[in-house]
Amino acid sequence: MQLIECPWCGPREEVEFHYGGQAHVPYPDHPAEVSDEEWAHYVFFRDNTKGRFAERWCHSAGCRRWFNAIRDTATYRFESVHRLDAPQPHATELARSRRSTAP
Amino acid sequence: MTSPFRTAEGGRIDRATTLEFTFDGQTHTGHPGDTLASALLAAGRHQVATSIKLGPPRGIAAAWAEDPGGLVQIEEPFPEPMLLATTVELHDGLVAHGLPGQGRLAEISDSARYDAVHHHVDVLVVGAGPAGLAAALTAARSGARVALVDDQSEAGGSLLSGTDRLDGGPALEWVAAAVAELAGHPEVLHLQRTTAFGSYDDGFVLALERRTDHLGTAAPKHVSRQRVWRLRARSVVVATGAHERPVVFSDNDRPGTMLAGAARTFLHRYGVLPGRQAVVFTTNDSAYDAALDLHRAGVRVQAVVDARPAGSPRREECERAGIRVLSGAVVTGTQGVERITHARVAAFADGEVGAVSAIACDVLLVSGGWNPAVHLFSQARGRLRYDEALGAFLPAEELDGLSVTGAAAGVFDLAGCLTDGQRVARAALTALAVPPPGEDRLPTAPEPVAPAAPLVLWRVPDTSGAGGHTSFVDLQRDATVADIERAVGAGLRSIEHIKRYTTIGTAHDQGKTSGVLTSGITAELLGVPVQATGTTTFRPPYTPVAFAALAGRDRGRLFDPERVTSLHDWHVAAGAVFEDVGQWKRPRHYPRPGEDMEAAVLRECAAARTGVGLLDGSTLGKIDVQGPDAAVLLDRLYTNLMSSLKVGSVRYGVMCGVDGMVIDDGTVLRLAEDRFLLLTTTGGAAKVLDWMEEWAQTEWPDLRVHCTSVTEQWNTFPVVGPRSRDVIGAVFPQVDVANEAFPFMTWRDATLDGVPVRLARISFSGELAFEVYVNPWYGVAVWERLLEAGRPYGITPYGTETMHVLRAEKGYPIIGQDTDGTVTPHDLGMAWAVSKKKPDFVGKRSFARQANQDPLRKQLVGLLPVDRRTVLPEGSQIVELHADGQLPPPPVPMLGHVTSSYRSAELARPFALALVKGGRSRIGDTVHVPVDGTLVPVEVTGSVLVDPEGARRDG
Repeated sequence: MQLIECPWCGPREEVEFHYGGQAHVPYPDHPAEVSDEEWAHYVFFRDNTKGRFAERWCHSAGCRRWFNAIRDTATYRFESVHRLDAPQPHATELARSRRSTAP
Repeated sequence: MTSPFRTAEGGRIDRATTLEFTFDGQTHTGHPGDTLASALLAAGRHQVATSIKLGPPRGIAAAWAEDPGGLVQIEEPFPEPMLLATTVELHDGLVAHGLPGQGRLAEISDSARYDAVHHHVDVLVVGAGPAGLAAALTAARSGARVALVDDQSEAGGSLLSGTDRLDGGPALEWVAAAVAELAGHPEVLHLQRTTAFGSYDDGFVLALERRTDHLGTAAPKHVSRQRVWRLRARSVVVATGAHERPVVFSDNDRPGTMLAGAARTFLHRYGVLPGRQAVVFTTNDSAYDAALDLHRAGVRVQAVVDARPAGSPRREECERAGIRVLSGAVVTGTQGVERITHARVAAFADGEVGAVSAIACDVLLVSGGWNPAVHLFSQARGRLRYDEALGAFLPAEELDGLSVTGAAAGVFDLAGCLTDGQRVARAALTALAVPPPGEDRLPTAPEPVAPAAPLVLWRVPDTSGAGGHTSFVDLQRDATVADIERAVGAGLRSIEHIKRYTTIGTAHDQGKTSGVLTSGITAELLGVPVQATGTTTFRPPYTPVAFAALAGRDRGRLFDPERVTSLHDWHVAAGAVFEDVGQWKRPRHYPRPGEDMEAAVLRECAAARTGVGLLDGSTLGKIDVQGPDAAVLLDRLYTNLMSSLKVGSVRYGVMCGVDGMVIDDGTVLRLAEDRFLLLTTTGGAAKVLDWMEEWAQTEWPDLRVHCTSVTEQWNTFPVVGPRSRDVIGAVFPQVDVANEAFPFMTWRDATLDGVPVRLARISFSGELAFEVYVNPWYGVAVWERLLEAGRPYGITPYGTETMHVLRAEKGYPIIGQDTDGTVTPHDLGMAWAVSKKKPDFVGKRSFARQANQDPLRKQLVGLLPVDRRTVLPEGSQIVELHADGQLPPPPVPMLGHVTSSYRSAELARPFALALVKGGRSRIGDTVHVPVDGTLVPVEVTGSVLVDPEGARRDG
């Protein structure tokens, strides 16, 4: 069982955590103004990266806080974890491909 | 019975104590320190069982967990199947018999205790042989926190099986000193009889400690029988030794055929001779020790048959002892009936077998080399490489936090194991930034004699005429060389496929002796390097682990938490029949003598509709939402407007996912400008709290709001029915319960003998109803006051089944029963609960998607069986007949399904709720529901079947 570093509590066993999918997929500022296709991309589409991936995690059986992580989806290794109120160093670099594929 | 094969002296057994045991109905004796296998061998018995498919006798072929043959069923002290005679420690009164590969589970429940312990260390050393002990000593001397686990009854590993010397004395004296030194380090945990069976991520290792098995009936009841250690180590040192590998030849399954190293173990550790006349067949030097040791112990060693043309430098040593050595020769087969009588021996050169002659023997010792026990390394995803010289797989890489040492890493000499164990431990400490100890002396081992190169020989060509059908690769599975040939002939190339085709390596021993043999033979047949064939994947557990041990204390009622309300004892006393709702135990109904559920529910429903009923609704989820922005958060998450709710009022609300599908519903009480109490479904409570916290933390961290579960801080008792106002008025005389003063969907605070109570006009039945909220400490008292006050009106406690009937009659959906994650509020007919004023809320944008505008979406409707008798089974499909009354040809289009179905006292007929394609446009139509092979006609109606105009809610 893997250890995951909670940025608030330190390393804890993975069963204490809940996976929250891809990070940096913001809720649209004005949902009413986006096209059906753009909205569908927000609701249904996520990247399926092999390798480094920016993800959301929640320490649900601990402090219950959400945080972001950079993890390698092939090796499961966590590269770094980030509080939501801290700088997100890889947010732009690992931003979802939706930006480039959406019309 | 006597033990004719017991040596006069020696071994690690307590000869002063005699134990009696029964095997296959015969009584034998042994000593503490024996295994069942060593005691049977001492009695001269090799055969343990017969083979699973073919039926010939099978015997003890190894001395520990790698034995593919000696499976037994324990009968006393407690029935347990599929254990190895070689790993069952002998105790007085043991009753066992041999098993042909299939055992029998106990028919009675196991009363033994099992438990688990979590333990964190800096360094975990697996294996207390020379390499492991050296590593553990170095780690312990540094002051690090250390665990040393070993699967044998005592430390020493391979030293228990030999005559090695250290520091000029017996090596076991050094072992004893090492164990004593470890015991003196307060940060060291040393566990024997403990098998590390699984190695996982980040230094997580599971180990099974057998705590009382060796005590038999003398085991103290208060001590757990077995314990799973959940070890978390910053660094793991794997020092698990090696398994000897057999060579495959014809009739190699005959009892009396045994690994050479196992014979040494039986001799030195247990004081048992495996026979009187031995032939030793080897491809390497290690078996010469077995030949010489047995010779010294009085066994007549007929011949050492060495497959290597040049033989061994140890040939002279044997010949001085009068042992014949045949170099460049192999054993091609065996003779005998239930026990070997002859080994068939032939010259062997360039893969060709010469003329065969038979040598008399009662035991044939075999060594084809050694396979490092790389299981834990491989389970941790370490890559292996094939070593051409050893004919074995070795770790091919360094892993972070897991290192391999000693024979498991291919180091086979004693001095090398000691220095390698120390080296690996020092490297591990350095990686952990723990200074290695200054004083760290290793014992002096004799200078190792370089062995002659082994010959890699997987199998001896079958000259018996059996075509490989008697050349066993996996004795437990009766799988032979012929089976591998057939698999390859069928086109299989992957070793994983060949494993599954032949079943090799799938028995209790998981291929400890057969796995590498199969890789080698397959590579030969395919004409590819063994490295290319590789091994099958090593998976936990290393040795079989009982489910009881894995379950530990999480059995029976402790398997999953049971949640009960403060009224639980009252419900039990009232004869309630309970149902599980999530982890909650909820009364389903309260049958009176002679009533079945149907009768009880009809009575309870009638009481609530015509008099007054009382429900324990305490399991409803409750979330306290506080903060200046509480209303903002609720406006964004509920489909309707919550910020406009007045303090003192209540509003029903629906929550949707971003896809617009309903995820929960419930009522919201506004307690103050900045405080709300949310009621959720019983099963949705945790999910809704998660959902709210996720949005508040990840999308809107600027909102000043906090959400707290208060489910268990409040009891909730709905008082339901036309007489509920009388009951509430009687219990709370200071509260004006008149409709004008206390209207529907409002709440009031009250007190009862100084205890704060909250009252709310909320109805989940359509009837006049009040919900009573109170601190659970006073729950029973308030409940009994309500019952007392309701007695003149025949107040009737009712359960969840009646609650369901009452709500379904009103068309109130249960989220998760009448919905399935594809249902919008509009599908439920709840457009009225969706705000048109709010610019946005979670889910709103999705309502505009084309798919959600489709008039043929499944919509919630009512169904009334035309026969007024049939209770439609929930989950039934709904179909439509052609105009001619015929069913459409298959596949028959499905219109939807029945989501809720009950018998109604009020309607005097059964009814149902259903999700039906374009359901609201079908109201008045007749559709059909297949029930038990007949098509039941049902009328589609609106979803509200009782009091559609809502006349009853105010009484």
